[in-house]
Amino acid sequence: MFSAPVPARLLAALGLVVSVAACSSTPATTATPDTFSVWDPYPQFTAESEWVKTIEKCGTEAGVKIQRQAYDTTDLTSKVLLAAQQRTAPQVLVVDNPVVSTLVEAGVLKANSDVGLDAGQVSPNLVAAGTVEGQTYGVPIGANTLALYYNKAVLAAAGVDPASVKDWDSLNAALAKVKAAGKKGITFSAIGTEEGTFQFLPWFWGAGGKLTDLPSGKAALELWKSWLDNGYAPNSVVNNTQTTSWQEFATGEYAFAENGTWQLGNAKKAGFEYGVIAIPARTGGTAPAPTGGEFVTVPAQDNKDTEAKAGRIGSCLTAPDKVLAADTALTYISAVPSVQQQQVSAQQDLAVWVEAVKNAKGRTGDNLGTKYPKISQPLWGAVQAALTGAKAPEAALRDAQAAVK
Amino acid sequence: MRARLAGWAFLVPLVAYLLVCYAYPLFTNVDLSIRGYTVRSFVHGGAPLVGFANYAVVFGDPTFRTALLNTVLFTLVSLFFQYTIGLAAALFFARGFRLSATLRALFLVPWLLPLIVSASTWAWLLNSESGLVNAALKVVGLGPVNWLTSPEWSLVSVTIANIWIGIPFNLVVLYSGLQNIPREVYEASSLDGASGWQTFWHVTFPLLRPVSAITLLLGLVYTLKVFDVIWIMTKGGPSGSSTTLATWSYELGFGNMLPRFGPSAAVGNVLILIAVIAGLLYIRVQRRQELA
Repeated sequence: MFSAPVPARLLAALGLVVSVAACSSTPATTATPDTFSVWDPYPQFTAESEWVKTIEKCGTEAGVKIQRQAYDTTDLTSKVLLAAQQRTAPQVLVVDNPVVSTLVEAGVLKANSDVGLDAGQVSPNLVAAGTVEGQTYGVPIGANTLALYYNKAVLAAAGVDPASVKDWDSLNAALAKVKAAGKKGITFSAIGTEEGTFQFLPWFWGAGGKLTDLPSGKAALELWKSWLDNGYAPNSVVNNTQTTSWQEFATGEYAFAENGTWQLGNAKKAGFEYGVIAIPARTGGTAPAPTGGEFVTVPAQDNKDTEAKAGRIGSCLTAPDKVLAADTALTYISAVPSVQQQQVSAQQDLAVWVEAVKNAKGRTGDNLGTKYPKISQPLWGAVQAALTGAKAPEAALRDAQAAVK
Repeated sequence: MRARLAGWAFLVPLVAYLLVCYAYPLFTNVDLSIRGYTVRSFVHGGAPLVGFANYAVVFGDPTFRTALLNTVLFTLVSLFFQYTIGLAAALFFARGFRLSATLRALFLVPWLLPLIVSASTWAWLLNSESGLVNAALKVVGLGPVNWLTSPEWSLVSVTIANIWIGIPFNLVVLYSGLQNIPREVYEASSLDGASGWQTFWHVTFPLLRPVSAITLLLGLVYTLKVFDVIWIMTKGGPSGSSTTLATWSYELGFGNMLPRFGPSAAVGNVLILIAVIAGLLYIRVQRRQELA
């Protein structure tokens, strides 16, 4: 069996390699497919959900069948990049807003003007994350952001009026009272991932920090560190995701929790009275929080007709009359001011969130684009280094700035 | 001629499998590591050859030293405890007492649990605020330890969890190795008046050596690439204190919105190289044993 002459063996091996390579590069179809694939990061929505029904309705209006696929949001970027490499990208992609500039850089997405999408109705601060060199890619489906949830009973027992929290000093005073009353102060997420940076940014920006100059936000890191040192915040924040941080708040032991719009549904189930205030800036006023939420985008296809139809589906999904259902299901704030008004009149307690979204800032805005991920990673590293005492806050931020390439 | 053709036909599935599942991914990974990929060239092709630039980036990164040291510590400490505890358990069960089969089956549970379950459970046990371990420490009058959130303890914590997960594998392999040692040798040693300790040290342990070697080698390869346990428990943090080469490779390639495939692949290749060197060492040791 092993006595075959060497050339024959090589030939056989070569033949295999060629045939394997051949089947991986299937010829691209130029005809518009009957079935369009739509990828989104909402695995919580089943086929019976309002969201999936809306996608199918929009597909029917554009004259195509829809195959919808939900991924975990952290998986979606690499899945899309791989698919685009294999030329099997979905026709419509719903993707987290800071990823848009990366996908634009990769040449995966089509500009709105090419596919007939229009983000004109959307608030400019929300579109910013999808704007690269004057072109906009995709339309936000809605927005979420961060604010401070508080436990009414805990604050009342400590003698704190939530309306008194206007700036960092008054917040610190409130936390001191809560601790003196034997309860826990505040919980947040400082984990070593994008979530950690996301949670840190309102404080960083609220201290006047600029992402292009990390040490400029040192007051924010000193604030967080002082919370751990004073016992206002638990040590577990260093490893908390936003979900585990919420679970801590849900025990009813904590006065405050920094968390997002998407927890509103869980807040109602928490079993205690809660309220929400905006995150205060250092010297008062509302701190800009980072915007969360996805963009509906159209990845590049092999022909214009497919892209145009995908654009129609995208417009349909983000149309004011359709988007309200999706935003309600996601507990997002709409990206369109008129729909925001509808949401507030239907549900008064959303007013705080609408205000927070108006003040929010895209992470990849300020023309940072794909520079943002290169800043974000050293930044969460600096937060972790300072909170664990490995480095002083200012030194940690200086080292992080040096690591930004 | 027909016999030869049939021979080839039998060979094809194996060769195809090796090419598709080993040679091609390995080749792609090496190729990734010597090219300057950006997200754009990843999708549209045309990444330039940059030679060892990615390796230079990786070796020059201060994280490399931490990750390498952590990988070595994590692997050696895990192997030592997995092996010794596994061997002790195997010897214990080899005596065959009532319910020993049931107990042995229970010992296998850590191996059967999905890693996400065991790692999440450990993360919960070791939580600084609400973890069971700190609650137990409080009962005996000790202060809380920040198992997962302090740079001094995070590597210890993930190593403990990994040891727990690896014991059953060592137990099973060493137990079956013990079964293969002939009874007569034990009889002879007891006739010679050897004590229990002497029997273990001069009979059991030497006769178990081939099985021990393969157990340790498999354990080494397995432990070098452990990723899930660490990622689920600490994400390699806080601030890199439990980062190993495996988690660092993932972090570079997928842990960020802007993937850095080149350096990520380079780290992966370094890891493969370490495993290959260990494998070669094993083969050499085995040859020497056969000659002896």
